[in-house]
Amino acid sequence: MITPHHPTRRTVLRGAALGATALAVPALPAALAGCEKPDSGGGSGDGGGTVTFGSNYSDEVPKKALADVLAKSGQDVRVNTVDHNTFQENINRYLQATPDDVFTWFAGYRMQFFAAQGFATDISDVWSEIGGDFSEAMKAASTGEDGKQYFVPFYYYPWAVFYRKSVFESKGYQVPTTWDEYKALAAKMKADGLTPIALGNKDGWPAMGTFDYINMRLNGYDFHVNLMAGKESWEDPKVKQVFTLWQEILPYCQTGANGRTWQEAAQSLAAKQTGMYLLGMFVGQQFSGADAEDLDYFPFPQIAEEHGQDSVEAPIDGFMISAKAKNVDGAKRLLKYLASAEAQNLYLKSDPNNVATNNKADTSGYNALQKKAAELVGGAKHISQFLDRDTRPDFASTVMIPSLQTFLTNPKDVDGLVKQIEGQKKTIFTS
Amino acid sequence: MTITTQPPAPRTTARRRRVARFSPRDVAVIGLLLGIPVLLDVALIWGPTLASVALSFTSWNGVTDIEPIGLDNYRNIVSNYPPFWPAVRHNLIWLLFLGVVATPLGLFFAVLLDKQIRFSRFYQTALYLPVVLSLAVIGFIAQLLYSRDYGAVNAALGRTDNPIDWIGDPSINLWSVLVLVGWRHVGYVMLLYLAGLKAVDPALKEAAAIDGANEPQTFFRVVFPVLRPVNILVLVITVIEALRAFDVVYAINRGRNGLELLSVLITDNIIGEASRIGFGSAIAVILLLISLGFIVTYLVQVFREERA
Repeated sequence: MITPHHPTRRTVLRGAALGATALAVPALPAALAGCEKPDSGGGSGDGGGTVTFGSNYSDEVPKKALADVLAKSGQDVRVNTVDHNTFQENINRYLQATPDDVFTWFAGYRMQFFAAQGFATDISDVWSEIGGDFSEAMKAASTGEDGKQYFVPFYYYPWAVFYRKSVFESKGYQVPTTWDEYKALAAKMKADGLTPIALGNKDGWPAMGTFDYINMRLNGYDFHVNLMAGKESWEDPKVKQVFTLWQEILPYCQTGANGRTWQEAAQSLAAKQTGMYLLGMFVGQQFSGADAEDLDYFPFPQIAEEHGQDSVEAPIDGFMISAKAKNVDGAKRLLKYLASAEAQNLYLKSDPNNVATNNKADTSGYNALQKKAAELVGGAKHISQFLDRDTRPDFASTVMIPSLQTFLTNPKDVDGLVKQIEGQKKTIFTS
Repeated sequence: MTITTQPPAPRTTARRRRVARFSPRDVAVIGLLLGIPVLLDVALIWGPTLASVALSFTSWNGVTDIEPIGLDNYRNIVSNYPPFWPAVRHNLIWLLFLGVVATPLGLFFAVLLDKQIRFSRFYQTALYLPVVLSLAVIGFIAQLLYSRDYGAVNAALGRTDNPIDWIGDPSINLWSVLVLVGWRHVGYVMLLYLAGLKAVDPALKEAAAIDGANEPQTFFRVVFPVLRPVNILVLVITVIEALRAFDVVYAINRGRNGLELLSVLITDNIIGEASRIGFGSAIAVILLLISLGFIVTYLVQVFREERA
């Protein structure tokens, strides 16, 4: 009788082990080779070779515009695009691990914070060449705490109160220049059946614009900057007054702001359901065609006469070179190109919701909004960068975002709110 | 015919015989196959856990030097960090909801479907389908359903002028999310109990019926105690799901404004731009202690019974 030969458990295990090693042996060197970044041939020598580029321009319009600009740079640039918010959140790990040579970032304290920790390459030599094309304010926003430059500005966009011209004309509204006029206009809009002020704070940062502006208008730019740097107390009556003023316009704001994204709020402005919207110029990305022509803005109204409307919130976006860059010369060449007027104009052709930072940029191609923005920022005495760029990132994200959302849900308890912010601020700014 | 009974073999001989069955090579293989996972477990789970506990007593931002600061992180979390107590509350509410509402509902459906009614296969599939969805997808679904201005629920309720803000209103958004999470949990629990019920010996139910028990009595007095292994499994799963809840709220609004959870607070402080590693580690240690509370209670119960 022939007994069928069944493989025993041991032979199966032995066979599997042999098979796995047989597969792994040739695969291992290939895998290890793949782990190494491709040597860019440039190294620290000629400035040629591929430049890797970490980008947070994830929305359609900016992504395409950036691609157009990089295509004309004359260098081989490999772009690595990450979702906008995700890029910011992962920046710490990104910069510590294997960052790209050049990466997109923002001016202000947020840039100085990472430069101080040694994550960025000093590009003062690039600035010695391009410095003549930029204003003093731009250079100051690009300088780290140690006096060296780490950042190259690309574009900026002001925050202002946006509205639709056709709505204002048809209902006979006048652009307000003082706080009382602003409130009166809001009351009129409410009586006409519009929701006066749009607000979408689901992401946590849009409401910071309102706080910044009320603070700068009421208490002045210097107080605002010191408050952001942790040098003033949040329990100061000046700060409480900011929240008290904000309470005055809350009845005119869209309810349920914490559940609404800024894009949805912008669409409510486009749909003529709301009358005014304090946001950055990127709100224009949500308007298309004839609606885009109808969009206009006015600067945030004056509150205290001594400060007038002298400050503008105009965040600057730009680029930095990581400390671990492999192709530093190539990266510096790319930054010089991106700082040039022609690169900035090329970008703005496809994404006209921003203004170039280079003085020599050709403004003749600007649409009405861009021209107005250039004048507004050009004539401003002080430029702020926005709360989450003017202060420490851990304070902005773990303290201010929840605190402002709490304020919108429960606006009555200002004393308790500022006490909590001050308490948390003390623990963060000392660490 | 005589009935012969063999005297039971002396225990010592049997044990000696059992040990002799393992050859040295078998011992080596078993050692290796158990040793590697244990090593991985220690290196990837317990090592970092102990490191987190150590880091929770320091102040570190991941780049500059580590500064030991004693219990300051814990003091700040408990007294100076507004999202913390709401997060603890929400985790406990999550646990209670899953344990008291979703799990019994799953058991109920399992009992119903065990009765071989018509279309039971269809009901099983329909109830189990949500389990296939990942929790992040459920978060996206929640936004589509519950969006204040454009959501399906407000449209279905006809409240377009005065919509309910299911997600933006911090007093109700946790419950809106829990409904969807429960929807998924019910299917999961139902399937586990269905399998358990099929393994119950029908002779037990017949014996109960003969003794004059009605349906509820049969179930609670006879069937439910026999389902003990499944009960333990379901309990463990429910506690794990409640304490590790993260994906749904993160996908909806990053876990803010009424949807705070301990897991989200940890990631916000450690992984985000903030990089307050010592502080985040302290929150993680607190979550670990809460989890250990449940695990230790459970293990004490199990060992007490094994000894009895």
